[in-house]
Amino acid sequence: MSQSIFEQLGGEAAVDAAVEVFYRKVLSDDRISHFFEGVDMAAQAAKQKAFLTMAFGGPHGYSGLDMRRAHAHLVEKGLNDFHFDAVMENLAATMQELHVPEALIAEAAAIAESTRNDVLGR
Amino acid sequence: MPDIRYNGRAYPLSDGQSVLECLIEHGVSVPFGCRSGVCQACLMRAETGHPPEASQKGLKPALADRNYFLACVCNPRESISVSLPCREGTRTPASIVGMELLSSEIMYVSLQPHELIEYRAGQFINLYQAENLARSYSVASLPTEDPYIHIHVRRVPEGRVSNWVHDALRPGDTVDIQGPNGDCYYQAGSPEQSLLLIGTGSGLAPLYGIIRDALAQGHTGPIRLFHGSRTPNGLYLTDRLRELTQTYSNFDYTPCLSGEPVLKGYARGRVHEIALSKLSDLKEWRVFLCGHPEMVKNAQKKAFLAGASLKDITCDAFTSHATFR
Ligand SMILES: Cc1cc2nc3c(=O)[nH]c(=O)nc-3n(C[C@H](O)[C@H](O)[C@H](O)COP(=O)(O)OP(=O)(O)OC[C@H]3O[C@@H](n4cnc5c(N)ncnc54)[C@H](O)[C@@H]3O)c2cc1C
Ligand code: FES
Repeated sequence: MSQSIFEQLGGEAAVDAAVEVFYRKVLSDDRISHFFEGVDMAAQAAKQKAFLTMAFGGPHGYSGLDMRRAHAHLVEKGLNDFHFDAVMENLAATMQELHVPEALIAEAAAIAESTRNDVLGR
Repeated sequence: MPDIRYNGRAYPLSDGQSVLECLIEHGVSVPFGCRSGVCQACLMRAETGHPPEASQKGLKPALADRNYFLACVCNPRESISVSLPCREGTRTPASIVGMELLSSEIMYVSLQPHELIEYRAGQFINLYQAENLARSYSVASLPTEDPYIHIHVRRVPEGRVSNWVHDALRPGDTVDIQGPNGDCYYQAGSPEQSLLLIGTGSGLAPLYGIIRDALAQGHTGPIRLFHGSRTPNGLYLTDRLRELTQTYSNFDYTPCLSGEPVLKGYARGRVHEIALSKLSDLKEWRVFLCGHPEMVKNAQKKAFLAGASLKDITCDAFTSHATFR
């Protein structure tokens, strides 16, 4: 079996480098920033890290059901495809900024995309 | 419903209640302070059962391993038996050796602990007004330069402990203290790093300690302090801080007023907005935010968006709670 993107990028250190870039983009994106109003930033950064680890194909403990539960309160507040697309864009932009090869970006995007229905509670 | 067992009795826990709320609701007197998992005055130990992870956040591993937890943020799903830690092990008596009003709102208090307390400027101690009532105060003194522990207590309208400090506490009195706690202090090792310190009101106390600590340890990078309040009464040590800017060319001080009147020599506006408008790129900066919880939260986000890494932003929110009088 070939290496996961997570391994090819350099494992946890790569996620650590990406998480703040990603979180900063998400927080300054007017389309989605309101979902993060008032949240504890350290706790939120840890969640972003878990998300990136998963998107990079690294070891993570999320099931589809966890995804549903974790986002249910946001779906109630109107979380929909428009917002999910915004996150996907920020993910790609983060990886581009960190000079990740396009093929790996596409792979991470495909993994993140596979959670769409769970995240949006469908 | 799970039970909280304490001192040979069982108290039923209502839905969503913390161990602290449960005990107090049933008339059991146990120590507490901030009620938000910060001050650690409500430390208890689980004799049976395991405390939830969230109730051990911030505890030293030695305490967490022995099943200590913070009662105010402990919402167990199963019954547990709890006990209080041994009082002698956690509190120290201290004599009040000096008091002085630094402004109409701020009381400086100097304490001499009866046992040696090793601390860093900027950490906080818990001061007990009564056996089971504590409040946290940050340390403005430097163990290497000041013989005593200094705190700055702002008079909070209707506040129980702060008004007691201002109106009843006097030099010669003895009080109990506990600590030090917290990780808001200067870390040596990067003397060239730029430091940004933002405080409101008595949030200056830890910052004043941190700045003097940094300067004493030969910090060479820029140190920029922004101190804000609504009115001039909330600002203090202004002359002392202006003096420091004369002695140390790398230290810079901006007092800010958000309300009326507008005075010469003060920046006009909210302290963190002024600071962040002047410093738009905080990449590689170390940031300290102390005082009003709203300011701390907003400034944390702004500093992060301005490029500071989350691990380089130290937040010391002076949270307080209005219930449980
Ligand atoms: C880590 C940390 C460090 C701190 N450092 C400092 C410091 O260096 N200096 C400093 O001055 N403070 C500091 N604080 C804040 C301090 O611990 C206390 O919260 C503060 O002094 C107020 O305590 P109090 O007992 O006077 O007020 P409390 O009696 O706790 O009242 C708090 C607020 O609730 C309101 N209130 C009280 N009772 C009621 C009621 N029944 N109904 C409605 N409102 C009510 C009061 O008006 C007041 O505004 C720190 C806090 C923390 C967590
Ligand atoms: S940590 Fe529980 S009362 Fe402060």
